[in-house]
Amino acid sequence: MRLFFAVGKFFKEVFLKLGRSFFFLQDTVYWLFKSKLEKEEVLKQMKRVGVESFPVCILTSLFTGMVLALQSGLSSKSIFNDPLYVGTLVAFSMVLELGPVLTSIVVAGRVGAAFTAEIGTMKVTEQIDALYTLGVNPFSYLAVPRLIASCLMLPLLVIFSDIIGILGGYFVSIVKLGIPGKIYFDDVTRYLEIMDVLHGIIKTFFFALIIFWVSCFNGFYTGEGAEGVGKATTTTVVVSMILILLSDYFLGSLLISFGIG
Amino acid sequence: MIKIRGVHKYFEDKWVLRGVDIDIYDGETITIIGGSGEGKSVLLKCIVGLLKVDKGEIVIDGVDITKVSDIELQKVQKNFGFLFQGAALFDSMTVYENVAFGIRRRNPSLSESKIRRIVEEKLSLVGLKGVENLKPAALSGGMKKRVGLARAIATNPKYILYDEPTTGLDPVLADSINDLIIDMKKKLGVTSIVVTHDIHSACKVSDRIAMLYSGKIIEVGTPQDILNSKNALVRNFIKGVMI
Repeated sequence: MRLFFAVGKFFKEVFLKLGRSFFFLQDTVYWLFKSKLEKEEVLKQMKRVGVESFPVCILTSLFTGMVLALQSGLSSKSIFNDPLYVGTLVAFSMVLELGPVLTSIVVAGRVGAAFTAEIGTMKVTEQIDALYTLGVNPFSYLAVPRLIASCLMLPLLVIFSDIIGILGGYFVSIVKLGIPGKIYFDDVTRYLEIMDVLHGIIKTFFFALIIFWVSCFNGFYTGEGAEGVGKATTTTVVVSMILILLSDYFLGSLLISFGIG
Repeated sequence: MIKIRGVHKYFEDKWVLRGVDIDIYDGETITIIGGSGEGKSVLLKCIVGLLKVDKGEIVIDGVDITKVSDIELQKVQKNFGFLFQGAALFDSMTVYENVAFGIRRRNPSLSESKIRRIVEEKLSLVGLKGVENLKPAALSGGMKKRVGLARAIATNPKYILYDEPTTGLDPVLADSINDLIIDMKKKLGVTSIVVTHDIHSACKVSDRIAMLYSGKIIEVGTPQDILNSKNALVRNFIKGVMI
């Protein structure tokens, strides 16, 4: 009986949280169109999401591209005695999957956690209530700028990550595998189409929405005290990563069925 | 004027407010006293629309805030200044930016020099000078409350709400905050609603005192009326006896 109640309580909390999260998104979209845009806040958050995440994203994609080229080149060499289609493999992997997914995961860990911790701390110290009393809606001041910044900057970061990853592969191909640069780039451009790039970018918009949604929701609905903020931050990172990976498969399948990528 | 009628508020497992009825008149300072956990701060947050009531009406200058949209509520909230228990200063901003925050949003066309003048004026009203560039983390508890009050009065609100203004302060600092509350009424002519369990503070700053017990206002009167109350619950609270 006790187990029955525990399971019931668990599902009740899950559905309550789900319901609240949809209302949260609805409120954010409402204030996105109803309130005056907080331009300064948008720029501040764009800098945070884009500029400040740039080095770590670049580092991640550079070494991902390098290791992709190394592994695929060596495998190909051991099978065919020649490192074949290294550029193609690196480009497809980066543009379709690794660029969007890895960059989003890095941003979820770096920026999503910061969003939750910052908004959560504001919640527990009544700073969000203070915004209301100063005539400022917290959704328009805190949520909307973060939504805009995430959806604009994450795709940009992914484009840079794709390019740097491919360049990382180029570097390894020349230095380690002895592939001429021209052949590497011919491999990159021969099969890669604009729809493939679009595939990655469209997915990234959804990943940006996931990061915003999970992190800001957890911030606004954080538990009491430092422990509550800590738990909310951890939840943000874990849930964002899981949702990014899960949605990657389903979004990928959907986009392919529409002929994108 | 604020009219509160039959206000109920429910939290997960219990009714915190069970039908609060009270009128708050323009220009007066009214203090709501009551034990910890009686719902004083909840009532204050309901008045300013930070919490939605489950039943009842809160009519502020003719507008029932329990029935208006978020945008209309935001307009009503502009008449309020709120001093939070922990001051709730924006910790990413300096003292100057905190006080200027509301001013900038209400009057986007105001020049920076005018904003600076208002900020300095409000800070000097609460007895602070030369702290403009400090971050809240560098301030003492009493200074934080003063900055919180300067921020609350920066937009010239009609109503100022004080949530436990003297809690956590030493007696000297607490008394200086009491003097500030009296000053705000004298200098700005505002209506003040103070929530506290400090009976000394309540008697010093209030025109009227209301006692909240078990989710209802059980007695309202001048400080003298409350001190001479025949209600055993009020008497016991004043004497510090467990209710």
